[in-house]
Amino acid sequence: MHLEDRLINMRREKDILLMTHIVLGYPSFEANREVVRQMVENGVDCIEMQIPFSEPMADGPVIMKANLDSLKRGTEVKQCLLFGAEMARTHNIPFLYMTYYNIIFKYGEKEFIDECAASGITGLIVPDLPPEQSDGFFSYAAEQNISTILIYSPTSTDERLAELDKAGSGFIYCMARRGVTGSKSELDDTFDTYLQRCRKATAKPLAVGFGIRSREDIAALKGKADMAVIGSETIRLVDAEGAGSVGQFITDLRS
Amino acid sequence: MVKKGYFGSWGGAFIPEVLHQTFKELEEYFSQAKNDPQFWQEYLKVMSTYSCRPTPLTHAENLSRHFGGAQIYIKREDLNHTGAHKANNVMGQGLLVKRMGKKRVIAETGAGQHGMATATMAAKYGFDCTIYMGEVDVLRQRPNVFWMEKMGATVVSVKDGSRTLKDAINEAFRDWVTNVDTTHYVFGTACGPAPFPEMVSWFQSIVGNEAIEQILAQHGRKPVRIYACVGGGSNAMGVFGRFLDEEGVELVGVEAGGRGIDTGKHAARLCGSDASPGVAQGYRTMFLQNDDGQMLETHSVAAGLDYVGVSPILSDLWERGKVRFESATDAEVIEALDLTMKKEGIIPALESAHAFVQAFKEAPALSPDDAVIINMSGRGDKDIFTIAHAFDDPSWKKFIIQRGLEYSKSK
Repeated sequence: MHLEDRLINMRREKDILLMTHIVLGYPSFEANREVVRQMVENGVDCIEMQIPFSEPMADGPVIMKANLDSLKRGTEVKQCLLFGAEMARTHNIPFLYMTYYNIIFKYGEKEFIDECAASGITGLIVPDLPPEQSDGFFSYAAEQNISTILIYSPTSTDERLAELDKAGSGFIYCMARRGVTGSKSELDDTFDTYLQRCRKATAKPLAVGFGIRSREDIAALKGKADMAVIGSETIRLVDAEGAGSVGQFITDLRS
Repeated sequence: MVKKGYFGSWGGAFIPEVLHQTFKELEEYFSQAKNDPQFWQEYLKVMSTYSCRPTPLTHAENLSRHFGGAQIYIKREDLNHTGAHKANNVMGQGLLVKRMGKKRVIAETGAGQHGMATATMAAKYGFDCTIYMGEVDVLRQRPNVFWMEKMGATVVSVKDGSRTLKDAINEAFRDWVTNVDTTHYVFGTACGPAPFPEMVSWFQSIVGNEAIEQILAQHGRKPVRIYACVGGGSNAMGVFGRFLDEEGVELVGVEAGGRGIDTGKHAARLCGSDASPGVAQGYRTMFLQNDDGQMLETHSVAAGLDYVGVSPILSDLWERGKVRFESATDAEVIEALDLTMKKEGIIPALESAHAFVQAFKEAPALSPDDAVIINMSGRGDKDIFTIAHAFDDPSWKKFIIQRGLEYSKSK
C-alpha cells in the first residue's frame, strides 16, 4: 500500500501519529536495532532512518555530531541499506530514509530507489534536492511506489507550497520554524497561521518537525497536524541514558 | 539547452526549502544589478576610490631575466584594499546587500582574506557581521582573525569535521537558514548554489578586464599564458573570464598539490584522478570524496586552497578543455615564494605562490617575445607565521618565544 494511504488509515485510529528519527550507525547499529524495537513497541507509527553524510547542511549540532561520529566509526551506505531492509522486514510500520542527495547520486538514483523498493522502504526525505533540480529522481521513485516527501518551510510562499504539493508524495513535512534541526520551536499564533497555510495547500497528511520534543509539544499539535516528528530529542536521550530509555520516553509523549 | 544556474552539467542550486525564497530574491536582485549599467559604474567607483583599482600589472623583469624565457607579468591583486582579490567580490555583494535592505552579513573564510574583506565591507556599510572559520584555519591565520575582530566582526571558530573551509561553509549555511530574513550570506568564491558562481565571477571579471588593457599597453601583445591558483576558483575566474575566447591565450589553473598528488594529502580536484562528480554544499561539481559520497579531508600549506570542491564553471571549462589544470606542492610553493621575494621584493600569498610555481616551470621554454601573466591573488604577510615556520627561521622563532614569555609573565 502507498505510504499516504497507510498513514491515512493509521490516522483514523489515533489523534496524532508519531514519527521518530535515528542516525544509522550512531551510536552503533546494535543500539539502532534496540532503539527501533523500543520505538515500535511503544507506539511509534513511522521511522526515518538517516544515512549519514559528511556535510549534513540542514542539521543542527546533535544530528550533525551523530552523522560525523557514525562515519568515524566506519559506517557505509551499503550497511545502512542492509539495516533498513532488516527493519522493514522485522517491524510492521513504514520506514523511510532521510539523507542528502550526494549519497543517492553516488549510489545511482535508480539503483538506490530499486533497492528501497526491494527492501520495503516506503519513502525518501532528501532536504537538499528541490524538485526542480531532478525530474528523473521524482518520477522514477513514483514509478517504483517510493514516496518522495517534500518539506514546507515558514518562508515558502503559497504559490511554492502548491508547487511542492504537486511534486511530492506520501506526506508533507512542515518545518515548525526556519533554521536547522534540534532547537526548541515556539508553537504560537504565527505557527498556527503558517500551519493553516500548509493545510490549505495540500490534502496530504501533514507532519510537523524541527524542535518537537515534549508531551506538551505533541498535545499542542493535536487537531492541527497528522503526525509529529521527534528528531534530535531521542538522540539526546540515547546519548544521556542509553538505548533502554527510549521506550518510556515514547510512551510518555502521548499519555 | 543548459538549465538555468548550470554550466554544462555542473552547478545548480541544491538548497533546503527554507532558502528557496531567499535565492529567488537574490537571483532577481542580481539580475537587476547585472542589467543596470549604473550599478556597475557605482561598483567601479567604489573599487577605484576605496580599493586601489585598477591594480597594476607589474613586469617582473628580474624573474624574467632569471628564467631567460617569457616576459613575466604579475597582476597585483595584493594591492587591493585588504590585500587580496576577495575585495572585488565582497564590495560588489555589499552594494547588492544595500539594495536588498538587509542589515546583517555572514561569511565563511579559509585563509581569512574573504573574512577580512567582508568585515571591512560590513564596517564601511554599517552591517552586523559574523565570520565562520574552521578551527585549523583560525590557528593558521591568526593575524586575519585579529583584524576581523578589531573591525567589529564576530569570528566563530568551527570545530566540526576537518575544521577547515568546507566546515565553515556548512556552519554559515546553518546560520543563514535560521536568520534568512535579515541576513545575506556573502559567499566567498565562485562556488555554492546558483547564482553565487556566476555572481562572484561577474564581480571578479574586473581583474581580467583590466589585465587585457594593461598587457596590450605594456607588452603590445596578448599574453600566451595566464596562470592562476585555484581553491574555489574566484581569482582564476576573474582573470580567465575576459580571455576565454581570445585565440592563442592558454589558461592554466594551479591547484594545491600539498605533499604530492600521490600521497592523498592534497586538494587537487581537476588535476589528478582523486575527485569525482558530486553534489554538496548546494551545487554539483568535482569533489574529493570516497565511493560512498563522503567528502575527504584535504591538505595544503595554503589555507585558501584546501577546499574539497571547485567552481562549477571551472569544472565545465576543464571538461571542455578550455583551461589546463596543474598542481604545485607545498615545498615548491615555499621555493617559489622565496625566489619571488629575493628577485622582485614582492611577497605573494601562499595561495598565489602556486601559480608562480607553474609559471616558473614553463617560462624558460617560451620566447622572450612572449608574455605570461601570473594572477597574484593576494599578499603574503597574512601567512607570516606559516611562512616563517616553513623557512624554519631561527630569529623569528626566538622572537615568538620571547613574546610568549613576556605574555605568560604579564598574566
